[in-house]
Amino acid sequence: MKKYFKEFIKGIAKENPTFVLVLGLCPTLAVSISVINGIGMGIAATFVLLGSNIIIAMIKDAIPDRIRIPCYIVVIATFVTITELLMKAYSPALNRALGIYVPLIVVNCIVLGRAEAYASKNSVKNSFFDGLGMGVGFTMALILISGIREFLGSGKLLDQVVIKGYEPALVLGMPSGALLVIGLLLGFFNLLKNRKT
Amino acid sequence: MNAAQFLTIFISAVFIYNVILSRFLGLCSFIAISKQTKPALAMSLAVMFVTTMSSIITWFIYRFLLLPFNLTYLRTISFILVIATFVQFVEMVIRKISPPMYRFFGIYLPLITVNCAVLGVAVLNVDMFFINGKAAQGSFYYSAFQGICVGLGYTLAMLLMSGIRERLELCNVPKSIKDFPLGFIIAAIMSLSFLGFNGFSR
Repeated sequence: MKKYFKEFIKGIAKENPTFVLVLGLCPTLAVSISVINGIGMGIAATFVLLGSNIIIAMIKDAIPDRIRIPCYIVVIATFVTITELLMKAYSPALNRALGIYVPLIVVNCIVLGRAEAYASKNSVKNSFFDGLGMGVGFTMALILISGIREFLGSGKLLDQVVIKGYEPALVLGMPSGALLVIGLLLGFFNLLKNRKT
Repeated sequence: MNAAQFLTIFISAVFIYNVILSRFLGLCSFIAISKQTKPALAMSLAVMFVTTMSSIITWFIYRFLLLPFNLTYLRTISFILVIATFVQFVEMVIRKISPPMYRFFGIYLPLITVNCAVLGVAVLNVDMFFINGKAAQGSFYYSAFQGICVGLGYTLAMLLMSGIRERLELCNVPKSIKDFPLGFIIAAIMSLSFLGFNGFSR
């Protein structure tokens, strides 16, 4: 059990996909305007990661080495399509808010990266926990970024007014705000790492 | 089909909704390969070629395969497969025909398969030019043109960024924000200046 926990926790801190591996930034930045969007995107990506990691770990011995990338992409694209259809059916508002970034989970480097670097070499159980950890790490990074942007950009959190009469810094709601926040956060985490060593 | 529509597509794809600075597509390659101008240019040209061709190919697939047979939910799978195959094919052709060009593009071509900009422009074309399950008039030309313009926008952002970062090599930067973080902060300032183009849309 302890072994699985290690696989799980690794995605959250030591190998956080966003802040340490710096992967899958396009959706991270584009949808992080509000916390709700961030959580929705995080759950969608976690679902795809879990599904593709499990399936790829199952069929890894049957895939010829030379055409493995197209095979992975088909598996991932299938799960993305499932997510897209589910989201359209049960949460059309979220689907509208995330827009083209839902189909673009296919080219999210985290998913293909985990398939290539982890699921193709490890057992189904390990891959399950790896996918779950990576997904949760990604979701937490999204919540952090979108929390900062929503709070400073509109004075709200989860659509609830936190500070009354707050003069919002509009720039954080714009694309440039996303780039600025992730740049500063990456710098901050580097600083922490440098302090430690 | 009129000239004004083409101009609108050009301005919105290159400046207002620049792929990188406002839509965040292809950000990974933008940060990773923009350290020097020459590889940045090679990557941009390769992206421009692939976005244009994939716009054209995916238009045919959507119009003549997915729409008539009611298979639009297979959009994501079919597009990404076709793009991946196409990129592989181009790589093989270039290697056969022109080894110097193959060396020039080198590792950047296979990377394009997972470049969000390429799939992004294909999905955008479908969203913009197919209304209520029907191809809008002149949609083929608009799609192809939008492919070119997105590539141009990518090239513009890439060249600006690599120029700035070449200069930054000589500067004394705090260790913690070196490379990635600084790249993002510069991109934020560039994106802010691109906001000035917003008024163009009206």
